[in-house]
Amino acid sequence: MNLLRVDSGKWIRVISISGGGGLDIKLRNIGFMPGDYARVIRQAPFGGPVLLEISGRELALGQGIARKIEVEECTPPCDLC
Amino acid sequence: MRFVLIGQPNCGKSTLFNQVAGYKAETGNFAGTTVTYTGSKVRVLGEVFELIDLPGTYTLSGSNPAERETLKYLFSHSADVIINVVDASHLSQGLGLTLELLELQIPVVVALNMMDEATRMGMVIDGPELENRLGTRVVPLVASRGRGVRNLFITALELGRSGRLPVRPMYGKDIEDAIQAVISKLDGQIANFHPEPLAVKLLERNEHLISLEQGRNPEILPFITSINKKIIRDRGQDASWVLSSERHGLAANLARRVVQQGERHVSWRDRLDDILLNPFWGYVALIVILFTFFQIIYSLGSSLEEPLLRFFDLLNVYLSRILSDYPFLAELVTGTLQGVAGGVAIVLPYLLPFLLGLGFLEDVGYLPRVAFLMDALMHRMGLHGKAIVPFILGYGCNVPAVMSTRMLEERRDRYLASALATLVPCAARLAVVFGLVAFYLGPVVALWIYLFNLFVIAVTGRIISALLPEDTPGLILEMPVYRVPTIKTVFQKAWFRAREFVVEAWPILIIGSIILSILNYYNLARMINLLVLPITWFLGLPYEVGVPLIFGILRKELSLIMLRQALNVTNFSQGLTAIQMITFTVFVVFYIPCLATLAMLKRELGKRDMLTIAGLTVLIAMIAATLARGIAWFIY
Repeated sequence: MNLLRVDSGKWIRVISISGGGGLDIKLRNIGFMPGDYARVIRQAPFGGPVLLEISGRELALGQGIARKIEVEECTPPCDLC
Repeated sequence: MRFVLIGQPNCGKSTLFNQVAGYKAETGNFAGTTVTYTGSKVRVLGEVFELIDLPGTYTLSGSNPAERETLKYLFSHSADVIINVVDASHLSQGLGLTLELLELQIPVVVALNMMDEATRMGMVIDGPELENRLGTRVVPLVASRGRGVRNLFITALELGRSGRLPVRPMYGKDIEDAIQAVISKLDGQIANFHPEPLAVKLLERNEHLISLEQGRNPEILPFITSINKKIIRDRGQDASWVLSSERHGLAANLARRVVQQGERHVSWRDRLDDILLNPFWGYVALIVILFTFFQIIYSLGSSLEEPLLRFFDLLNVYLSRILSDYPFLAELVTGTLQGVAGGVAIVLPYLLPFLLGLGFLEDVGYLPRVAFLMDALMHRMGLHGKAIVPFILGYGCNVPAVMSTRMLEERRDRYLASALATLVPCAARLAVVFGLVAFYLGPVVALWIYLFNLFVIAVTGRIISALLPEDTPGLILEMPVYRVPTIKTVFQKAWFRAREFVVEAWPILIIGSIILSILNYYNLARMINLLVLPITWFLGLPYEVGVPLIFGILRKELSLIMLRQALNVTNFSQGLTAIQMITFTVFVVFYIPCLATLAMLKRELGKRDMLTIAGLTVLIAMIAATLARGIAWFIY
């Protein structure tokens, strides 16, 4: 499922990043890659961005981007819980 | 000896630079404040060194302007020591870049900045262990308070003298083989790049380096392509992907081994976002904060502006009396004074408090929250959340609004945001709206003009973005932790930005003012009116309104002051009908931004875009004023 469908507070693992335009490279360059664990903190209303916590920092991703990120829900990874 | 500061965005590089170099680099609690590099001389232990502040970069891959700048600098200039600033509270992220820097065969010292932040988050970092594993020097630092700065430069100096090279990380065997294979094809180094880092960057298909290497070694591209094919076959991803994913893994692993996560002290800062980003209270807070912000600036500004302008008026009257025998000189002096007064009346009362307030909001870390809250709305205008900042600033003054578009990554976004921000009615246009429409027709009509303005901006945004399709999928924004700003940096930053206005825009304001005074002396008002006649005729405005409109380009509130002179009335209702007042005001709100803003547009986007935006605003002003005239005709 894509990142938009995840409820706030849930842990996720990134499976893949689709879409062209170098989005995967852009995200990779800021340290966001498939295999990473993240927690969905909140989502802005009216189709606003998703706020994630990923290795201790907070990252906001717009809807257009979040839709292209395939994730799975998971239990908190142990070294982070 | 030359030290080069490299680090990821918002890691405190520029703060460190400013600590030792005086205020030269722009800082902010917002990713990507520095886009070009700044250099300065510093003195350590009695010796003078060159210190270079490079733009914040997540990697050296060269996929955005800041990264390209960093890589190009390292490539074309020799650096004796790299000072790698790492945000200690986000170690795993920062070390990714560190590992890449270790490959360059240049001595590296790692400055673990924001140690106070890390401690607050309950992290204990094993410095010696990190030193061991990285094989290079690591120094703790709190750049904002100047702690550890001296020690850092002493360490950098030692490293520079000894020239000790770091050991680069080892990758998977296939990648290592590929690197060696590329090295064997290379003919030594290019510029300041040693064969090994060069081989790695070529494998990553860095376009700049590949085209350079192609020049002396045409077989390199097919060779790299064939190696890459093999890597893709074995690994499912190309070399650049494998390299960055291995660095990512290595960095995470390193961080796990040297950081002990203790109890996190939950403080007000962690709770703050529960309110400020709340789907309901977040917007309430946004409105309250922005309202307070403008209220303070407006009351400060107007209480300063009045006495200042009175002083200049008195001075003008006095000088005119002295020079009454030399009318031309008197006119010139009046023009100069008006230009000077324009700058003083904008900078001191409005721009300075504005920049101080903005610097405060920025350093606290609130601006990215505004971007988060407004992202959805901004998408409707073809922009994303970060572009809200120029809009907010525009209500104070368009000059800092245009300046702030620098934080947007794409040129298209900067153009669109600048064009729209110049349509936002600044404090000077507020004076016209209030002095004319609110005073003679009532505040409700003024409010409608503001709403009409928002509507026109939204429509314009939609039209331009349909013509310039978005090439970015949207917002990627790091949400920094809230920080308590230091008074020193807030003041220094405001001064740094105000100086840009003083140097860039003010001289143009004065020159323009002098030219207009000369036109006035030769009694060219008629010619000006004739020149503007197509517009005034089309909008059904009196012929004499031409001069005030032209003067309004200097300073928007001048159009109101001059209007009184031009129509030769004290009460506007004697010279203008209600419909004409509305038409005039709407036109003034939209047409060509003031000279100071034009100068800033030219600086940020270049002459051509400045001219297209100016032309566009006239077109929009014509359409909007005609529309308003039609609506007003129905009502009155």
